[in-house]
This record gives sequence, C-alpha cells and structure tokens, in this order.
Amino acid sequence: MTGVERIQAVFARSRAEHRAAFMPYHAMGYPDRPQTLEILQVLGKAGADLFEIGIPHSDPLADGPTIQTATYEALMRGTTVVDCLAMVRELRTAGMTQPFCAMTYYNPLFAYGVQRFVDDAVAAGIDGLIVPDLPPEEAEDLEAACRAAGLATIYLLAPTSTPERIQFVAAHCTGFIYLVSVTGITGARAELPPDLAEFVARVRRHTQLPLAVGFGIATGEQASAVARIADGVIVGSALVKAAVGEEGLARVAELGAELAAGAHGQ
Amino acid sequence: MRNEPIAEQVSTPLPYSAWPDESGHFGPYGGKFVPESLMPALDELEEVYLKSRHDPEFQAELDHLLRTFVGRPTPVTYARRLTDHLGGPRIYIKREDLAHTGAHKINNALGQALLMKRKMRKNRIVAETGAGQHGVATATAAAMLGIECVVYMGTVDMARQEPNVYRMRLLGTEVRGVTSGSKTLKDAINDAIRDWVTHVRHTHYLLGSALGPHPYPTIVRDFQSVIGREALRQMCDPEVGPGRLPDAIVACVGGGSNAIGIFHPFLEYPSVRLIGVEAGGRGIEGGEHAARFADPRLGRLGVLQGTKSYVMQDADGQIALTHSISAGLDYASVGPEHAWLRDQGRTEYTYATDDEALEGVKLLSRLEGIIPALESAHAVAHLVRLAPQMSKDEIILINLSGRGDKDLGTIMKELGNL
Repeated sequence: MTGVERIQAVFARSRAEHRAAFMPYHAMGYPDRPQTLEILQVLGKAGADLFEIGIPHSDPLADGPTIQTATYEALMRGTTVVDCLAMVRELRTAGMTQPFCAMTYYNPLFAYGVQRFVDDAVAAGIDGLIVPDLPPEEAEDLEAACRAAGLATIYLLAPTSTPERIQFVAAHCTGFIYLVSVTGITGARAELPPDLAEFVARVRRHTQLPLAVGFGIATGEQASAVARIADGVIVGSALVKAAVGEEGLARVAELGAELAAGAHGQ
Repeated sequence: MRNEPIAEQVSTPLPYSAWPDESGHFGPYGGKFVPESLMPALDELEEVYLKSRHDPEFQAELDHLLRTFVGRPTPVTYARRLTDHLGGPRIYIKREDLAHTGAHKINNALGQALLMKRKMRKNRIVAETGAGQHGVATATAAAMLGIECVVYMGTVDMARQEPNVYRMRLLGTEVRGVTSGSKTLKDAINDAIRDWVTHVRHTHYLLGSALGPHPYPTIVRDFQSVIGREALRQMCDPEVGPGRLPDAIVACVGGGSNAIGIFHPFLEYPSVRLIGVEAGGRGIEGGEHAARFADPRLGRLGVLQGTKSYVMQDADGQIALTHSISAGLDYASVGPEHAWLRDQGRTEYTYATDDEALEGVKLLSRLEGIIPALESAHAVAHLVRLAPQMSKDEIILINLSGRGDKDLGTIMKELGNL
C-alpha cells in the first residue's frame, strides 16, 4: 500500500462509520525525544486516525506563538530532519499503524534534497507531506517525486481562496485537502469562525477529496462542530500546549480523548 | 540623453529589464513561497501594480510627491577631497542621504503607500524594519497619506536604533517589538507576515527591500529605480556630473533595494561595472557576517520569507544567525534579482567588515563633510580598495543610501573619544 492509499483508507473508514477523522499534530522533539514518542502513542490510543508530525524550522511564519515556541525549543535541543524520520521509524517498529503526514517548511526539505527527502520519508514510514509555504506553483519537483513514491501531497486552502484557486489547488492534492479555518496563523481560539461551514461547502463544490479543517480548534465541542461539516479535524496548538510541564502526558491523553470523541461524534 | 557617446554604447539591448518571468522568477530565483491565505493578495497586488505602472495619473501623482515631499531629484556630488586622497578615479556620490527621512527607503515606502491608497480597498499598513529607516519612511508616508500603520522591529534593533523607534511613534505609527529568534530584521519580517496573513483582507504589507514573494522584488526595484534614472541623467549632464557614464557603480547590499535601484537603469550599459558590497561583519571565517555570496559554507540556495535566493543557513536548512554592525545589512538572504544578475556576470559582489565600514564613516565625514549611514559606509569602504586599481581618467559613482545620524549611538560606542 502507498501512503496515498493508506490515507484514503482512513477517510473511507471514517466516512463508512459516519464520523470525521481525528488528526492531531505534534512538534517533533518537543518537549524532548522520549516524550515525543510517548505523546504520539498516547494520542494513538486516544483515537487518532492520522498524525501530522511537525519537523521544526527556525522561521515558522505560518505558526502562532505556541508552535513557534515548541519548534524553537525542539531545534535548541538539536532536533534534525534525520531525527524526526528516525522517530517515525521507531513508532512504526513499536506497532503504530496510523498514517503520518510530515509538516514542515520548504527550506529544511530543500536543503535535505527533495528526492532524498521523499525517499527517506517513505522508507521511515511517512505517508504524506504538508508544506505550508510551498504552493503548487513552486512544487513541481516535489510533486513529481511524491507521485513516483506514492506519497500524498497535501496543500492548504484558505477562506480567501478564490474558486479558480480552489480548483487549481485541489487538482494538485492527493489524500486530502487541508482547509485553514481562518485567515491567520496556527493557534487555539475561543470560537470557530462563523463562515466556516460556508467555506467548507464552497470547497466541496469543486472536489471529491476528503476535507480536513485545522487552525484554532482546541476543545471537544469545537471538534464536534467541525466533524459535522468536514471529513477531518486537525488539532495542533491546544495539544502542544497541554504537553508542557509535569502531568503533560496525562493532560494530552485527556484532551486527546475529548477531541477524538468530538471528531468521532460520540 | 544629452551626450552622444551614450547612444553609441547602447549596442543590442540586453534582456535584463525583461525579468522576472510571468511566474515571478529570475531564472532559478524568486517565486512565491507563501501560505495559501496570501496567494490571492499577491495576485491582487500584482494586478494592481501592473496597471498602475502604466497609469499616467498615478505616475504623475507619485512624481509630484517625490519632487515636493521627498525632495527629489537628490543631487550627485563630486567628492573632490576623497578623490585626491585615494589618488585614483574621480568619485561621485549619489546623495540618497538627502532624501526626506534620510535614506532611499522613502522612494519605495511612498510608492507602495500611494498604490494602496489609490488602487486597493485596504486601509492599514504593516511593515518590518531593521535599521529603522524603512520603518520611519513607512510611518512618514502613512502619516502624510492618512493611513493606519504598524511596524514590527526586533528588540535588538530597537535598542541599537532607539531614535528611529521614537521617530516612528512621533509619526503616529505603532511600533511592536519582536522577541522571537535573533530579535532582528528576519524575525520582524516573520511577525509582519503573520500579521498580514491574519488581516490580509484590509491590510497591505509594505515590504521594504527587493525581497519577499513576487511581485515585491519587482515593485521595490521599480520604485527604487528612480535613483538610477536620476543618476544616469546627472552623470551624463556635464553641468552637474562628469558628462559621461561612470566606469563603476558601488552600492551596499542587504536585501539589496538601494543597489538594485541604482543598478537597474545602468544594466544595459555594459561598460559600467556594477558592484554590490555585503556586510562582512567580524570576518567571513568565523561565520559572523551577512555576506551571502562570500561564504559557500553558509550562503547557499534556499527559501526564506517567500523567495528563493542565496540564504545563510546550516546544513539542516535552518536559517543562520547573521551579524553586521549595520542593522540594515544584517539579514540572511539577498534579493533574488541580485542572485540572478550575479549568475549572468552582469553584477559582482564583495564585502566589507564592520571595522572597514567604521573607517569608511570617518573617511567620508572628514574629507567630504558627509556622515554616512553604517550601511552606506560599506560602499565607501570598498571604494578605498577599488580606487587604487583604477586609473585617474576613470569615474566611480557610489550610492550613499542614507545618512549616519541614526547610527551615532553605535559609532560613538565603537570609535570612542575622537
């Protein structure tokens, strides 16, 4: 099975069960390497259907303060692209079967070498790529390499995206499309934007691909609201924030279970 | 053009002015590497800009403001004592230090602010600043045109450019300190972009250098090319200049806006050497510098803040911390058009260290009565090395991108009692 097929299988199953997929994000290497592995496993047990694993970059311009701080600390601990891939390999060995989508900015990937990154990512057990500062226009090399390797290329759409843009971006996506709930940066928010349902419906008119919504989702209630209109619920900052300090793992387990229940409509 | 020799020098026009291509690339450089939320804003900006470029009414209003508000054209000054001191070619200085707010930055800030005011349905500007000159220029244009303005500035830069922080606030701009990363220009750009992503529907990002995603490198270059257009006319006018083209033009390069501004109108005159001077900081060996082209270990092809160019980075693609005594040159990447022109062999780049720049400040102050900005002093420093290699009948033009008042704190600390 290719990465694209494994991601498709996740959404086929969640659709068959009339629920959305729960898709947590974690910043690799934060708070440290052992806890990263524990957090992802705990989230897996809590009901995660697919993971986004953040490979840290020094200049995360699409991220809010929580993920900026987490990825900065991960970098300060010396977390490299190679380390992140090694952690994925370890999680696979430990028996985790959910798809992993690597989320990183373009420069670390470009510096690593596009083809080499795709080869090593597939070998480590990664199924898809999300690169928020790389629109399809600039991704010709990466897309070609991903197609050949069966790795999904997941692009983002925003509330500002025009109908032409939606069609164009959707045509380059495999696996699912990442809908940014608000024009803005990542980070937990008190309320979901009022026009979210309209935005999801607008994208839905142009594509059959599963639609996952992220940015700003922090509670089970919000996850449940998103699950009613979208195929996937992505949560990052709220979980990263929960992981800090003593009892972090317990808090991640608790919030993960609440978010999974919301996404799964329980 | 007034004198004949120039017409003869224009052989086959080179295609330099045709760049970037339709997708916003200068060969392998440039492009649009931004989050999806910003793509429609960049498309709109490009459309509006391309229309305004050929809109006589817009251009006339901009020209009028450049003359009556900025004080253009800025003069070209013959540096008689510096010429005698170095004993080589005749040296002329393009005086961007005499533009309103004390640097070339106002040319672009006013151009973009007017573009937003007249052509876009937006009412708020965000900008980044390193040395504070772009921030002051933007705050000035915003005050004059009645636009709400927020400027992001690293807290390290705020400390070393304190008077400019106060100037911006006096002009009614909100200055927000940036405490992430190295707390300098790069981090200020990150936060300005984050603000822009969040408020993109009514906010214009007024980027200050020939950097960032397409169409910014082109827009900034075009608004700054007024420097080169004036200089070309002035140099060829025997009443104010030497009455002929210079043999070399020297300008400092951070992002590269003053350099591309003076270079661009000269690109099609192949006899004119175009030389950019990067910040050599404490020297190349230790890695504490911002000389992207001079250090193959750190300066490699990469993507930073929307554009592909030479980027100072580690082996893992993390952006390296840079150092320069001048905040305006202290940046990890360089404008994509510079990288492209360098590949073509049309422009060349060198660097000057912090110490050489300080010597440049002293030299120009004492010999010409002009206190240069630390950024511009890098161009003066290279002049000292270049002049002895050239003959007395040759001519050098340097772009004095800004005046040194803003740097007095740093200069006093470094030079001590005189």
